[in-house]
Amino acid sequence: MADATTGRGARRARPLSPHLQIYTPLINMVMSILHRLTGVALYFGTILLVWWLIAAATSPAYFDYVSSWFAPWYGQVVLIGYTWALLHHMMGGLRHFIWDLGYGYDLGTIDLMSWGSGAASLIFTALIWFTVAFARGGA
Amino acid sequence: MAMRTPLKTARHLGSAKEGADHFWKQRITAVANLFLGLFLVWLIASLIGADHATVKAKLADPLIALALLALIISGTIHMRLGMQTIIEDYVHTEASKIVLLMLNTFFAAFVALASIFAILKLSFGA
Repeated sequence: MADATTGRGARRARPLSPHLQIYTPLINMVMSILHRLTGVALYFGTILLVWWLIAAATSPAYFDYVSSWFAPWYGQVVLIGYTWALLHHMMGGLRHFIWDLGYGYDLGTIDLMSWGSGAASLIFTALIWFTVAFARGGA
Repeated sequence: MAMRTPLKTARHLGSAKEGADHFWKQRITAVANLFLGLFLVWLIASLIGADHATVKAKLADPLIALALLALIISGTIHMRLGMQTIIEDYVHTEASKIVLLMLNTFFAAFVALASIFAILKLSFGA
């Protein structure tokens, strides 16, 4: 009854604290978001590891069936993507270890470590898969 | 002069009553995962395109099986703690939060148990 006059019930839009879309993306922020996203990817990706281990423990026929999913290009993309997610999360983890120990908090070092860990994850992923491709090509 | 000893703070472990338990477990498993994760990359890379007999023999090797078991245990603890933080950050409805936290624990337990079962089966003669 009194709602119309007091304004109770019809809530005014409250100011919200600024969120992601407000800020200019900085490299440490992008790496932080990617650290969480790669963590989520690794979390669900464990299903693939479980599937592979169960297949190996089941039978040669079932193992061949599971392997056939990883052989085509889309299977390789998943494996390369998983390698990158793992290495990105690992390099980000190393960065966090340094921060946990109390070092590297000046802006220059933060930017350097953020770019460095991102670049390292890409370089190591490429190195691993070139090695795999070379070993298979050479064998 | 304060009449309280620091023991009170230590016993009650802060407002969440668990102190730095979550933080510390996440860091310990992270250190373990750093080495075990590199081991996993090597293991998978060395087994790409291998046939069943080769993979089976390799996974049944005691040292490889032990390292894999360590990775599974450390990894599932780490990922459960990580996902717990994500759920607590983004889910604010109490009922959904509790359900998701339970599902998170069940998922981590499933991954751990299924993998451990497979590794033990391979080790003890599948």
